[in-house]
Amino acid sequence: MKKLLLGNAAVARGAYEAGVNVVASYPGTPSTEITEEIVKFDEVYAEWSPNEKVAAEVAIGASIGGARAMSCMKHVGLNVMADPVFTVSYTGVNGGLVFCVADDPGMHSSQNEQDSRHYAKASKIMMLEPSDSSDCRDMTKMAFDLSEKFDTPVFIRLSTRVSHSQSLVELHDRECVELKPYEKNTQKYVMMPAMAIKRHVVVEDRIAASKKFADESDINKIEANGSEIGVISAGIAYMYAKEALGDKADYLKLGMVYPLPEKKILDFAKAHKKLFVVEELDPIIEEHIKALGVEVIGKEAFTLLGEYTPAMIKKAVLGEDSPESISLEENIPVRPPVMCAGCPHRATFYVLKKLGLTVSGDIGCYTLGATMPLQSVDTTICMGASVSAAHGMAKARGKEFNKKLVSVIGDSTFMHSGITGLVDIVYNKGANTVIILDNSITGMTGHQDNPTTGKTIRGEDTKQVNLITLCKAVGVERVVVADPFDIKHFEEVVKTETEADEPSVIIAQRPCALLKTVKYTGVCEINDKCRNCKMCMKLGCPAITVRQGKVVIDATQCNGCGLCVNVCPFGAIEKKD
Amino acid sequence: MTKNIMIVGVGGQGTLLASRILGNTVINEGYDVKLSEVHGMSQRGGSVVTYVKYGEKVYSPIVDKGEADIILAFELLEAYRALPYLKKGGKIIVNDQKIDPMPVISGLAQYPENIADKLKEVADCTVVNALSLAKEAGNTKSVNVVLIGVMAKSTDIPYEKWVETVKATVPPKFLEANLKAFELGYNL
Ligand SMILES: Cc1ncc(C[n+]2csc(CCOP(=O)(O)OP(=O)(O)O)c2C)c(N)n1
Repeated sequence: MKKLLLGNAAVARGAYEAGVNVVASYPGTPSTEITEEIVKFDEVYAEWSPNEKVAAEVAIGASIGGARAMSCMKHVGLNVMADPVFTVSYTGVNGGLVFCVADDPGMHSSQNEQDSRHYAKASKIMMLEPSDSSDCRDMTKMAFDLSEKFDTPVFIRLSTRVSHSQSLVELHDRECVELKPYEKNTQKYVMMPAMAIKRHVVVEDRIAASKKFADESDINKIEANGSEIGVISAGIAYMYAKEALGDKADYLKLGMVYPLPEKKILDFAKAHKKLFVVEELDPIIEEHIKALGVEVIGKEAFTLLGEYTPAMIKKAVLGEDSPESISLEENIPVRPPVMCAGCPHRATFYVLKKLGLTVSGDIGCYTLGATMPLQSVDTTICMGASVSAAHGMAKARGKEFNKKLVSVIGDSTFMHSGITGLVDIVYNKGANTVIILDNSITGMTGHQDNPTTGKTIRGEDTKQVNLITLCKAVGVERVVVADPFDIKHFEEVVKTETEADEPSVIIAQRPCALLKTVKYTGVCEINDKCRNCKMCMKLGCPAITVRQGKVVIDATQCNGCGLCVNVCPFGAIEKKD
Repeated sequence: MTKNIMIVGVGGQGTLLASRILGNTVINEGYDVKLSEVHGMSQRGGSVVTYVKYGEKVYSPIVDKGEADIILAFELLEAYRALPYLKKGGKIIVNDQKIDPMPVISGLAQYPENIADKLKEVADCTVVNALSLAKEAGNTKSVNVVLIGVMAKSTDIPYEKWVETVKATVPPKFLEANLKAFELGYNL
C-alpha cells in the first residue's frame, strides 16, 4: 500500500517497521512529528524526555539492554546530547541505535543554521541522508540493520524540507525483532581509559569497514544519462538538482554522507568533464572530494547561506535563467510571527517593558517578546541561557544592575536546562529574579507535554513536577505564583522580587490560549469612551489595529481573552459574548 | 507536465488542511505528488506558504518564482506577496480578507491599497468572500474548504473526487457544513 506521508511520519514508519521498541526524544522543529507519529504505534514505548541528553541516554540504555532504540532531535538538540554521542561511538550498541537529527537550513524555526554532518565526522558515526519520504522510510529501516551489523549508532540527517514535505511511501509490515540478550561486558560498556583506548581501535576499524560498505552499497547510486556534467548531491539538494537539470546531468546520489564512498566518487569524477557538488550549508562533501585531489565546483557557484532552489541550481550549472515573473513595484510589509491573540506571555512582557527591565531571554514562544512593539527581550542564545547568563551579567555589572534584570524562561525550557542555572545562582550567592512563564505546555513546538504538565506523551496521568517545591528545594526561598493577566498585581510582584537581595522565582501562571482546556469566548469591543490613547496597542495584540486613524479590534482575530480590557485606562473596552 | 499550486496565508488560517485535501485528492487520481508544509515558528501569525505539486513524477517539493499555475491565497496581502511566483497565464484565487501584519499595526508600514484591483490588472484573478460563504454554509471555520472548492473548479479533477477527500479529511461533526462550504465555493 502507498500512502502520502510527511518525511517525519515516514521516519516513524521506518522505525516501526524495523521493530523499534524504545523512542525517547525532546521536541524541536523540524523533528517533532517523528516522535508524535511513533506514539500512534501501541507496540512502541515512547517518551518526551526533559532534554536531548537525557533522551539520547534513554535510547542508549535501551540499546545496551538489547532493544532497538531511537532518539530524535533538532540540530541544536544534537549539541545538548553530544557528550553521550561521542562516547557511545566507542561502546557501540547491542540493539540497533539510531539518532535522527533534523537541520533547518533557512532557519524557518531555529536560532542558528548549523550543519549536523560535522558531528558525524567528529564522532565517527555513520550518517544517512534521505531525499524524500520514501527514502526516509527505507533509510530508517536500513539504519537499524547497519547499526547492528557494524556495532555502531547510526545518524539519520533530515532537513526542514524533507521533514515537512509529504510524498508517497510504500508501507510494509513490522518486523518481529527479538530483544537481544543482555550480558555484562565491561570491556565494551565501561569507558575508562584502559578500555576506551582499545575501543578507539575498534572505532577506526569500523570506519574503514563502513567506507568499504559505502562504496559497495547502492545506498550511494549513480544515475547515468550520458552527460558530460556530473552532479554529486544528497538530501533535498539532490531533488532540487533533479528538478532543475533533469537528464542534462548525471548524478551520484549519496544516501550515506559519512563516511563517503571515495572509490565511487573518483570513478564518477573520472567519467565527467565538469563536476558539481550540490549541498546546502557547509561544503562538507566538497572539501572531502577536493582533498582526494579531484577538481570540483561547489560553493564558488552556490552559497553557504540558507536553502537552495531548483532555479538557483539551473542558473549555476546550466547558466539558464528562471522563467519570467511579475515583479512588485510596491514595498510589501513583512509579516513576522507574533504572539497569538490571548497569549499569556504578552501580559508579562507588557509589565517588564513598562518597568524598563533588562530581560535575559530564552527560547520558546516568548522569544517573540523581542519583537515589535513589546521589544522587551535583550538576549536569546540557547535553551536555559536566560538563567545562567543573567547570573553572569549580574556578577559583571553588580547589585544595582541586578535590580533591573530578570530572566524569562518557559516551563519546558526550565525543565530542559534552566534548573541547573538556578542551582548555580543559589550556590554562588546570586540574587537574580527568574520568571518562569508557566503556560502549562511546550508551546513553540506545537503543544507537547513535559514534566510540569502532569501528562505523558500518550496523555496518561503521571506525577507532575511541582515548580514551587522544586525551586525551594534548590534553595530559593522567595517563590511567588502570579497571574500575568492581573497586570497590576503582577507588576507589584516583579517590583518586590527584583528589589530583594536574594534569589527569587516568579511563576507567571496562565495557560496557552490555544490549549483545548482554555475556553475564552466572545470578542472585545471598543465603546465610545475611547480617547484613542493607544494604550492597548502597546500590547502588540494582532487583533488590535488602527483603521482610518481609529483604534479598532478585528473581530476575526480576537479570541476574547480580555487582556486589553485590563490595560485600558478609560474603561473603553468591553467584552461581548 | 507538473502542476504547481501554492497556498499562502497567515499562520492559523488553516492552509495546512487545504493543502492536505488537495494532496490527497490528487493521489487518488493516480498522480505522483509532493507537498511542502510549514510548521513551527512562522505558524504563529506569520506568512505561511505551502506548495502542492503533482504530475507523472515530481522531484522538488518547492515552487520557484514564475512557476505557480495557481496561487490560492487566504489573505490579500499574502496574495500580493506571492505574485512573483505566478506563472505567465497562471490563476490567482484570493480570499477577500485583510489581516494587518505587526509592522502595519505598529504604524511602521502601510497595508497596500486596492490589492484586488492590482492583482486583476496583471493576472487572471478571482476574488472570493469566503467568510460570508462559510457563514452561509453554517460554520465560519470552513473558510479554507470554501477556497478549496473555488480552486477545485480550476483543475481537471471531477467534483465527486474532491467530495470524497473532504469526507475523509474533516471531522464528522463538521462534515455537513464543510460539504456545503465546498459546494458553495465550487459553484461560485
Ligand atoms: C536544544 C534545543 N532543543 C529544542 C529546541 C526547540 N524548542 C524551541 S522552544 C522549545 C520549547 C518551548 O517551550 P516552553 O519553554 O514551555 O515555552 P513556550 O513555547 O510554551 O512559551 C523547544 C522545544 C531548541 N531551540 N533547542
